[in-house]
Amino acid sequence: MSSVLIETTSRAGAPGEAVVNDFSLQVATANGSGSQTANSVLMRSIFRMGVPVSGKNLFPSNIQGLPTWFTIRANKDGYIARKRDLDVLVCMNPETADDDVRELRAGAHVVYEKKLGLENPGKKRDDVTYYAVPFSELAVKITSAPEHAKLRKLIVNMIYVGVVAELMGIDPAETEKAIAKQLKGKQKAIDLNINAVRLGLEYAAQNFAAKIPFRVERMDATKGKIIIEGNMAAALGCVFGGATVCAWYPITPSSSLCESFIDFCDDLRVDPETKKKNVAILQAEDEIASIGMVLGAGWAGARSFTSTSGPGISLMSEYIGLGYYAEIPAVLFNVQRTGPSTGLPTRTMQGDILLCYFNSQGDTKHPLLFPASPEECFTMAQQAFDLAEQLQTPVFVMTDLDLGMNNWMSDAFPYPTAPLARGKVLDAAAIEKVKDTWGRYKDVDGDGIAYRTLPGTPNPYGAFLTRGSGHNEKAQYSEKQQDYVKNVDRLVKKFDTARSMVPKPEFQDRPGATAGLLAYGTSHYGTTEARDKLAATFGVTLDYCRLRSLPLQAEAVNWMRRHERIYVVEQNRDGQLVTILRDELPELATRFVSVRQYNGLPLDATTVIDGVRGDAPASGAGSDAQKGGIDA
Amino acid sequence: MSATPTTPEGAPAPPAPKTNRIGLPKANYEGGKSTLCLGCGHDVITKQIINAFYEMGIEPHKVAKFSGIGCSSKTPAYFLNRAWGFNGVHGRMPSAATGALVANSSLLGIGVSGDGDTASIGIGQFVHLVRRNLPLVYIIEDNGVYGLTKGQFSATADLGATQKSGAVNEFSPIDCCSLAIELGGTFVARSFSGDMKQLQTILEAAIAHKGTSVIDVISPCVTFNDHEGSTKSYKYSKEHETPVHEIGFVPFFEETLAEIPAGDTKEVAFPDGSVLKFRGVGRDYDPTDKEKALKTIHESHAKQEILTGILYIDPSKPSLSETLGATSEPLATLSLEKLRPGREALEQIMESLR
Repeated sequence: MSSVLIETTSRAGAPGEAVVNDFSLQVATANGSGSQTANSVLMRSIFRMGVPVSGKNLFPSNIQGLPTWFTIRANKDGYIARKRDLDVLVCMNPETADDDVRELRAGAHVVYEKKLGLENPGKKRDDVTYYAVPFSELAVKITSAPEHAKLRKLIVNMIYVGVVAELMGIDPAETEKAIAKQLKGKQKAIDLNINAVRLGLEYAAQNFAAKIPFRVERMDATKGKIIIEGNMAAALGCVFGGATVCAWYPITPSSSLCESFIDFCDDLRVDPETKKKNVAILQAEDEIASIGMVLGAGWAGARSFTSTSGPGISLMSEYIGLGYYAEIPAVLFNVQRTGPSTGLPTRTMQGDILLCYFNSQGDTKHPLLFPASPEECFTMAQQAFDLAEQLQTPVFVMTDLDLGMNNWMSDAFPYPTAPLARGKVLDAAAIEKVKDTWGRYKDVDGDGIAYRTLPGTPNPYGAFLTRGSGHNEKAQYSEKQQDYVKNVDRLVKKFDTARSMVPKPEFQDRPGATAGLLAYGTSHYGTTEARDKLAATFGVTLDYCRLRSLPLQAEAVNWMRRHERIYVVEQNRDGQLVTILRDELPELATRFVSVRQYNGLPLDATTVIDGVRGDAPASGAGSDAQKGGIDA
Repeated sequence: MSATPTTPEGAPAPPAPKTNRIGLPKANYEGGKSTLCLGCGHDVITKQIINAFYEMGIEPHKVAKFSGIGCSSKTPAYFLNRAWGFNGVHGRMPSAATGALVANSSLLGIGVSGDGDTASIGIGQFVHLVRRNLPLVYIIEDNGVYGLTKGQFSATADLGATQKSGAVNEFSPIDCCSLAIELGGTFVARSFSGDMKQLQTILEAAIAHKGTSVIDVISPCVTFNDHEGSTKSYKYSKEHETPVHEIGFVPFFEETLAEIPAGDTKEVAFPDGSVLKFRGVGRDYDPTDKEKALKTIHESHAKQEILTGILYIDPSKPSLSETLGATSEPLATLSLEKLRPGREALEQIMESLR
């Protein structure tokens, strides 16, 4: 079945036949070689020509010298999931060149550094097309001045941008604009880079009569859109969502979230008169300290957050439990990476769903938000602060490396107009009205959410001692079983209240469908592309539900009840969401079919198509269907 | 003395309670009833905390109390019950205090920890607390053992000290004071729960200090560590306590001189105008000389002396609040206008990403 798919998804096989605005291009380099700027320029040039595009960086946990691959997918229909097969490869890294070429599908095109000798006897493949370019020799030409010698390694990258532009029809004017944007104001560097691109263009024009049949042609599908990483988008959400305390410990792939926050705050959170900051950012000594700081600040009434990844969550667990039990607002961004343990720190995964949903000892459950795009990173960051303060509990924003660190095309972000929802907080006057009758953990509204007070409020009736040990409604230490049970049962009620407050699911239903796909976060892209292909190619009609949060909302449950079979697509080995669904909806347990990819790469449509069709997929992907032989 | 006041009816009126400089009686500084063992050194420290806050005339609601886990960490329930408190997880109180005091820098923070909570499980956060110089009175109620889990050694237990069972401690102790000085601590003191006057003076000065005040208070555990062979017992501590100076403290609001006997004194002024006065007691000790302080503490270990007093002080170093450069208005309650940038700001950022 996979072979059928390849034929249908790669219409580019036939020589001479042009495929417009539908390809996957990969650049293989070594990290630390400065290729990132060139790759961004290449991606932005295509974007500026109005073609939907996505960029995914596959990089090592290392600073210099190990292989790295940057993949650009352009697609006129707006599919931006990772594609399994490449159409064009730019081969610059001697370490990986042979493997890179070996893994190509038949009919692919290879631009390569001539010195690598990929067309030498014994190496050359007959079923791919080669374009040999003496990149390093060309680089010497424009870096002959002694002061440029050090730039030679970097300039090579811009030469391949020029070669690719010429071979695939990318408008050099857009490339030059993209360079100017990337190197903002550094005129000497801009000139040098533009010269390098021109050199590449000229070389390709003079030496290759036949161009690559994958073509870029101007269209109008990116107007008004932006290119941004999810981490930066989330950081911006924290700024506009009123966060005032950020405590963090560096960890891939989350560091750039807090670093972006620092950058934004340097501009946007400095009082123009006093020059004092309306924010406090603390780089903690470890993740235990970051969450302690976040909870301390949340207790004191600030909107506080941290960003981390799985290992950080593991360290934070004890304090997260205190946040849950003592009911302190906190926002945690978990930019998930491949676990367990240190795992693959620079690969993606939706691997911490169970870790976060049930985090910490005892009976605990936490709200999780699942942004699927930079725009949702921005909006859900803001919602997370509202929810944390309204529900008085830690809230997790579950992104992943793919969303957090890769370049995504996005609509421009909407300016938030709603005021901050700061939850049930009593000020001095309100405390005066309730005096002795107030209890920090007393449910007076019947929604499981009690009223809190903030330290420093000038009314002694509001004072209380927050603790992670047993407490009664008045926040006094208590080991009485009645107090304990009443309290933890109220927390269940509060969690039920949360169901109607967290982001609701989105549905795309098709007439006549009785089965559906369910995905969350970045699994959205491979899933929706697969859904279209399943309909177009195999006549399989499926509805679609994108879950945007936990706890489960009534809308999501109703949708599940309406479908006889539900393919739950996620990026982990054990089907972590499906575990929760089967547990919470036992009457629907047999309807769920788990479709999974867990090889550290962003989900591709092929995995989902194979999963739904019950075909045995490659290792690192799996579904219940292959065991049960279920046919949709 | 004037005659006992009477009511117009002639019956004797109850005497008006004594109040402090802001007109509050001491009762406003008290807390719940202690559940610690009878005779526990921690209860004496609690009492001195109440006295110090009362004497300094601090409004209780402006105080934030913090603690970790252990006998010591229960005590914030026993003082200032008109102040808010945060009882964190074991050894990680400094981080919670850091977040809270950064979120609202108008709060006056006091943290109570123990030797296990600080020197064993909490050494990491203790180290970074001191490095950052967070404005916080940080008290270590130091008895060398874990009380709540029934008498295991902590990391401040002396080499060769014995447990009640006779088990001998095989490891060298961590001296939280010399460690704090080494880390750049700006107020490092050691006291003894049996020396109430000195302890109260140190606490008052710590309240005035705008940085981290580390106060290691030897506080014997009457149940698990008060036997022969213990180096943290009442008897041993009394016999080995060696004050390095007499301390007088003149808070900014008092013009009178501190009660300190005449003699050669050294003065250290705080930015708020408060002054610490030190008078030597038979030894040449300068609490502003870092290297000498460290040397003296190191030497005291060999001599089996428990040096007490303000061992090192430097009120000039910037506190965390100053380092962060945040506004003095509590971040926790800043208005939306100060937090959310305008439409143009967002539009500009969007444009830069096109």
